[in-house]
Amino acid sequence: MKFRTLFAAALIGAAGFAPAIAADEPQVVRQEMMKKNGADVGTLAKMVKGESPFDAAAALAALTEISEVAATFGEHFPEGSETGFETEAAPAIWTDRAGFDAKVAEFKEDADAAVAAAPADLDGLKAVFGPLTQNCGSCHETYRLKKS
Amino acid sequence: MKRLALGLGLAAVAGAAVAFVATAPSPVAPERLEAISELEGDAQAGETLFWAGGCVSCHAAPEAAGEEQLVLSGGVRLASDFGTFIGPNISPHPEAGIGGWSVAQFANAMLAGVSPDGGHYYPAFPYGSYARMSDQDIADLFAFLGTLPESATASLPHEIPFPFNIRRSLGGWKLLFFSDEPRVALGGDDAQIARGQYLVEGPGHCGECHTPRNALGGFVGDAWLAGAQNPEGEGVIPNLTPGGKSISGWSATDIAYYLESGFTPDFDSVGGSMVKVQKNMARLTSGDREAIAAYLKALPERPNGWE
Repeated sequence: MKFRTLFAAALIGAAGFAPAIAADEPQVVRQEMMKKNGADVGTLAKMVKGESPFDAAAALAALTEISEVAATFGEHFPEGSETGFETEAAPAIWTDRAGFDAKVAEFKEDADAAVAAAPADLDGLKAVFGPLTQNCGSCHETYRLKKS
Repeated sequence: MKRLALGLGLAAVAGAAVAFVATAPSPVAPERLEAISELEGDAQAGETLFWAGGCVSCHAAPEAAGEEQLVLSGGVRLASDFGTFIGPNISPHPEAGIGGWSVAQFANAMLAGVSPDGGHYYPAFPYGSYARMSDQDIADLFAFLGTLPESATASLPHEIPFPFNIRRSLGGWKLLFFSDEPRVALGGDDAQIARGQYLVEGPGHCGECHTPRNALGGFVGDAWLAGAQNPEGEGVIPNLTPGGKSISGWSATDIAYYLESGFTPDFDSVGGSMVKVQKNMARLTSGDREAIAAYLKALPERPNGWE
């Protein structure tokens, strides 16, 4: 009985411990940042599509979080993180770092502009949503590689 | 011994003669060309085909955006296992472009991959898909192209090494792989699915990247739209059938929204070569995007074509 409890505790401990290690890896950090972006863009897109009512506070919170991601996103692609953890980062990030950095800078600029605009109504949100989200495809065209 | 040599020699000459005849470019039947020539081309209707066909992705100048995309000066480089193809000028300029062409010459290019001087085009120009287009759509697209601005930029030669630079050999490729038949038999008579099938298998030429190819550049049998290795380098082109995990969990509405906005159901975005394609798809009517989605949902399940 005691052995079993210990064994279960060890399992739970291992389960809790393993992701803690992976979570520090740049590949995982940047994947989590992009997931956060996806959730925020989803919040905004549903308002733009008319699937959820416009909510100025929620929109500003999402835009602010996107701008925070944009601020540090480019720092999570150090040498040595080109592969592993199912990364979809394209080799072009490391062969054309200046081009990649420029894309991230444009993204940051558009995100900051959207936050500064603090959309007060749906038309205001639509006006910043297009210019902001065209950055997604513009960067993924060259710097993201689908592997499955 | 001498006789044997002579016999072999004759056989070789006969074989070469057969091959020569078999690989000769075969243009569209004269009756069909005549019928197309008599049609009134509707430029406005042709614009839909223009975006569905993705002409700008290869024929606009590299990095062209917005209105510049309508200047079809060519110059986009398309890397492949066979060499690098460079999109030619198809603006209405009389010398540098196709301004001097008749609609019959255009139909021969689009439907049979045959140039005005009677040679074969490389299938990097996706006539293997365009061959499914209707006579009226060919006439309409030709009319629309004629309304675009002229560009005097000269087309660049493809950078294709031996033996693929022997254009006559493309006759062999056509013998083996060219078809204007439907790619899949779906049964039923759903008009929306039929419209989707026409757009995807014809002008949209989706299968050119989303279907795996063999070493000779022909489609692998029974793997239509099952996804493939990226022909331009690393990575894969997603499986569009309900058999892979790429988009099998997406609803028809999700697919249509992706083609319109570039967003996946979890608000990841379009990437790679599909970025340009999606911008073209966004120009279609919502009805056409829904038709494409309905067709993809109706496809037979296939495992991933790259595995």
